[in-house]
Amino acid sequence: MKNRLRLLAYPYILWMALFVVAPIVIVVIYAFGSAGGGFTFDNFSRMGTYLPVFIRSFKLAFEATVFCILLGYPLAYILSKESSRSQGILVLLVLLPMWMNFLLRTYAWMSLLENTGLINKLLTLIGLSPVKMINTPGAIILGMVYNYLPFMVLPIYSVISKLDYSLIEAAQDLGASSAGVFRRVIFPLSLPGVLSGITMVFVPSVSTFVISQLLGGGKYMLLGDLIELEFLGSAYNPYLGSAVALVMMIVVIIMLLIMNRFGEGEEQAVMI
Amino acid sequence: MRDKKSRVPGRIFLALIYIFLYAPIIVLLIFSFNSTNSRTVWSGFSLRWYEKLFNDDMVINALYTTISVSILAAIIATVFGTFAAIGIFNLRRRWQSPVLTLNNIPLMNADIVTGVSLCLLFVASGTILGFGLGFITLLLAHISFNVPYVILSVMPKLKQLDNNLVDAAQDLGCTWLQAFFKVVVPEIKPGIVNGALIAFTMSIDDFIISYFTAGSGTQTLSMVIFSMTRKRVTPEINAVSSLMFVFVLILLIIINIRSSVQDKKLRAKPA
Repeated sequence: MKNRLRLLAYPYILWMALFVVAPIVIVVIYAFGSAGGGFTFDNFSRMGTYLPVFIRSFKLAFEATVFCILLGYPLAYILSKESSRSQGILVLLVLLPMWMNFLLRTYAWMSLLENTGLINKLLTLIGLSPVKMINTPGAIILGMVYNYLPFMVLPIYSVISKLDYSLIEAAQDLGASSAGVFRRVIFPLSLPGVLSGITMVFVPSVSTFVISQLLGGGKYMLLGDLIELEFLGSAYNPYLGSAVALVMMIVVIIMLLIMNRFGEGEEQAVMI
Repeated sequence: MRDKKSRVPGRIFLALIYIFLYAPIIVLLIFSFNSTNSRTVWSGFSLRWYEKLFNDDMVINALYTTISVSILAAIIATVFGTFAAIGIFNLRRRWQSPVLTLNNIPLMNADIVTGVSLCLLFVASGTILGFGLGFITLLLAHISFNVPYVILSVMPKLKQLDNNLVDAAQDLGCTWLQAFFKVVVPEIKPGIVNGALIAFTMSIDDFIISYFTAGSGTQTLSMVIFSMTRKRVTPEINAVSSLMFVFVLILLIIINIRSSVQDKKLRAKPA
C-alpha cells in the first residue's frame, strides 16, 4: 500500500517542477539576457550603479531586525511567564493585527506620522514643536518593525514556552542567580527561535516596496522598489530586474547560511 | 509564584507594546466614521464613506475577485496539498527530504521574488500557449503559494497516525478506499482544516504576489487599496479596512468557539 500511496506525491513533484523550479530557472535566464537576446553579463556590470540601493536596503532591514529582537525577545519572554490562562489571549492579541491587511496596517501609520498627523498634533498640544517623521528612513524602519514584529515574537515564544522547566530548576539548585539562569540556560536554548525570527523579519524587510513607498514617500529607493520599477513601472526592463532579484536572494541566502552555521555552533557549545 | 512587584515592569512593557500594535488600527477605525475627508481632523460622525464604498464598482469587483480567488485557491490547495502530503509521507526517506526542501522554497523566498518569477513564467508560457495574465494566472499563483502551508500542517498529523488503524479497518472488511475515507481522513482532519484556514488567510492578505501575477485587468482588494494610497487618499480606505478587520475578527471568534467546543467534546469522551 505504501507503494501505491507514494504515487500521490508525483503530481505535486511535477507541480513544483513547473511552479517552483521553472520560475527560478527563468529568472536566472533573464538575469543573463537582454531585450536583444543572447547571453550577457551586462545586467550584472550595471549593478554597480545600484550599490547605494543595495546598501540602503540591507542597512534598513538590519536595523529593523535589531529593533524586532530588542522588542520581540522581552515580549516573548514576558508572555511565557504569564499564567497559562491569560497566555493564550495575550499571544492572540499580538497576532491579531496580522489579520488586518498588510497595506492597511502600513497605511494606518501614514495618518499618525504625517506632518499634520495625530502624533504631531499631540506634540503641539503639549507645547512641543512638531517633528518631521513621515518620508524619513526612521518611518520606513518603524513600518518594518510594526509589520514584522509578530514574526519575531512567535518563534521565540514557542521555543521559550516549551523549555523544560526542570533545566531551569537544576540551574537554580546548582546556585545560578536568576540572571545566570537566563544567560546560561534560557537564552542559549532560545537561540533557534531567535534565528528563525531573524529570517522571517529580514527577508520581507529587505525586499519590501510597499513600506518604502507609503512611509518613505518614494524618496528612499529600496531593492523592492527597484525590482517593481523594472517589472511593472516606468523603467520596464525585466532582465535587469531579474538580475537584481537574483543578486538580492543570493546575498540573503549566504547571510542566512552563515548565521545558521554560527547558530548551530552555539547550540553545540551549549550541549557540551 | 514569584513576588508581584517584579512583574510590574513587564506589565508596563506589555501595555506599551499593545498600544504600539493597536493605536494605528484604532485611529483607522475611528476615522472611517469621519464626516469630512480628513484622516486627522475629526469633524463629526457619518457613514458616508461606507455608503460610498458600497457604490464603488471598482471596490465591489475587487472584493468579489479577492473572495473568489481565496476560496477557490484554499479549496484546491487543501485537496491537492492533503494528497501530496500523504504521497510525500510514503516516499522513501531518501526522497522525502529533498521534496520537503523544495516545498519550503516558496515559504522562505521573498514574496517579490516569487511574484516576479511566476510573472515571468506566466508571460513566457502565455506567449507560447496564447493566454495573458488574469484571473487564472492569479489563481495558479495563489494555489502554488498555499499548497506548502497545507502540506506543513497535514504532515505532523500523518506522523501521529497509527498505521495499525488502517490495517485494522481493512481486516474488518473495509476496502482500501473506505479505510482511507473512514479512518485516515478523520484522523488527520484537524491538520487539513488548519491548512485550509491558513491558506485562506494567506490568500486574503496577499498583495505582492497578486500584484505581479494578476495583470492589468484583474484587481484584488489589496491592489485597489495600493492604488488608492498612491492617488486619492480618502477615509474610504479606512472603511474598507474596518470592514475587513471586523470580518476577520468574527471569523476568528467563530473558529475559537468551534475549537473550544471540540476540546470540551474531546475531554468529555473518555469519561
